[in-house]
Amino acid sequence: MLEGILIGLGTAFSLTNLLMVIGGCLIGTFIGMLPGLGPMSIIAIMIPVAISIGDPSAALILLAGVYYGAIFGGSTSSILINAPGVASTVATSFDGYPLARQGKAGKALTVAAIASFSGGTIGAVLLMVFAPALATVALLFHSAEYFALMVVGLSAIAAFAGSGQVIKALLMTVLGLIMATVGEGALFNMPRFTMGIMDLQSGFGFITLAMAMFALPEALYLVLDPSRSKTDSGDGEIKDLRITREEARAITPVIGRQSIQGFLIGVLPGAGATIASFLGYAVERNIAKKEEQEQFGKGSVKGLAAPESANNAACTGSFVPLLTLGIPGSGTTAILLGALIALNVSPGPRLMIDQPEIFWAVIISMYLGNVILLILNLPLIPYIAKVLAVPRTFLIPFILFFTLMGAYIGQNNATELLILVGFGICATVLRFANYPLAPLLIGFILGSMLEDNFSRSMQLYDGIGFIMERPMTMGLLGLAVILVVLPSYRARRARLRAQGVADGD
Amino acid sequence: MALDRWIAMIVLLISLAYGYSAFFMMDEGLAPFMRRNPIWPSTFPKILCVLAVICSLMILLGFEKGSREPKASEIDYRRLTDYKLGQALGLLALMVAYALLLRPAGFLLSTMGFLMIGSYLLGERKYLIMIVVAAMAAGIVWYLVDQVLGIFLSPLPTFLSSGG
Repeated sequence: MLEGILIGLGTAFSLTNLLMVIGGCLIGTFIGMLPGLGPMSIIAIMIPVAISIGDPSAALILLAGVYYGAIFGGSTSSILINAPGVASTVATSFDGYPLARQGKAGKALTVAAIASFSGGTIGAVLLMVFAPALATVALLFHSAEYFALMVVGLSAIAAFAGSGQVIKALLMTVLGLIMATVGEGALFNMPRFTMGIMDLQSGFGFITLAMAMFALPEALYLVLDPSRSKTDSGDGEIKDLRITREEARAITPVIGRQSIQGFLIGVLPGAGATIASFLGYAVERNIAKKEEQEQFGKGSVKGLAAPESANNAACTGSFVPLLTLGIPGSGTTAILLGALIALNVSPGPRLMIDQPEIFWAVIISMYLGNVILLILNLPLIPYIAKVLAVPRTFLIPFILFFTLMGAYIGQNNATELLILVGFGICATVLRFANYPLAPLLIGFILGSMLEDNFSRSMQLYDGIGFIMERPMTMGLLGLAVILVVLPSYRARRARLRAQGVADGD
Repeated sequence: MALDRWIAMIVLLISLAYGYSAFFMMDEGLAPFMRRNPIWPSTFPKILCVLAVICSLMILLGFEKGSREPKASEIDYRRLTDYKLGQALGLLALMVAYALLLRPAGFLLSTMGFLMIGSYLLGERKYLIMIVVAAMAAGIVWYLVDQVLGIFLSPLPTFLSSGG
């Protein structure tokens, strides 16, 4: 492990990679601050840039920097203008915005910056401990277990989609898997479902799909509903960044607890920074003293520190399944996985052995990134917050232009732009009807790996018998079924109980 | 019928077409030696098709009852005309036009046009700033993509550039 850390230090501290961390954090903070643009869209837009860098460690470092920069930036707009840039910072606005209204915006930003820094750093330490351990276990897995594990991941993502959404999320996942079968697969050397169209020979472009699923609908939502991008009222001086000794003492245990809890939630597939931040807020409110509980929602520093440390720790946690199993647990890590595959890196347990420099450089760069974000956020924030004043009449055409550019650079083909617009419209309509879009993209990205592992196990065991013969596979698939059925079952029971029908147990 | 069920029906139709081709058309061209393989190119699609049909039927028939009321932060499609629908459609049309004009009109011209018309559609009327911002953006992005990243983007209209 020490060896690995040294390799990582060497790689991460090279000039290019340092620039990547700084650049990524800056870009992430800037764009994450803009209301309505989530980390998924930002990363989707950045992928063509990352891929053309060519060096996988640099690309991943850049994208990871953008990711936690975006979460960081989102908290700034939550606090200052009560307009969370990303879903995972909604809980930040509960107490951050009241603080800003009381003229304590500087204090709120400081608490947020310290909480995020600690959450991210503690998360990185835990990642360093957990990931190698998990990778060792994962090396024992065969294709059958991989197949089952991916099924578990996909079902968990669907199961976390919320009440009344599970089947919709499942349908979207399957649709993503179906789209992944289009084109010429590596396994069979024959084109499938191309309908004779040459452009479909190589399948759908992953970048195009990522843009169409996230960036384009978000931009269209901003157009349709101008109140989503309210960028006024961001004025007012930000001063007095200091916090008192009492406040520091109050938030320290909160940060410690929520960093660990957030990390663990981030590791789980399907649950991400958003769930971690809400849960962190709720837990801290429940265990706080009575008089402190009153303060929650009115400008409690504890209530601000909890979601901030939790969401940053969860971001880091979500790298565990990505780096050790090669299975993304969230839309954002799915996009990162797609980028890695495009760079000829296959994340998984072998990554640590075959390409330790990538693995460790990413982890080391997380420490660096957190330090850089702390430096960025504390003294520079009053200036960075000026970006909130960019009028939407300029902002939106630029977002659209960057999505177009991303799709074009990815494929170097103008037809791709038409596909982008087409899919973007479909995605927007799906979003109108409350269909979650992340499962579709995750399914699409995992599709070929899922089929590969499935086919390999079928070949090894000459049929579907591998499910019976490998108890671990069986167990995992059983878990997947439980994950999918349980939410519907519980919702049904709750509904029956609400109707006054006895439910038997 | 609510929009989500219409979508489920469309997905159902797509998966039926997909399934038809997986179950009845794909295996015909399969080489005889491949037939002894436990896994065919159509195996996985067949499974997916069955899953998709089950899921979409469950939504279509309303097995899963969720919260009906739309979230406050989401857009209510039933009142779509209350929103800036015209602007959204205009921008989409502009994107299509950009896709079609990118090659013939060249990157610089089409990008400047796109950014300026886009701002105009959204109600911006400060023409001077629009021109300056659009020209700078087009120039910088072209420099980054073509010169730094090394991806060819023809900057000028086809009739002006020699090689094209």
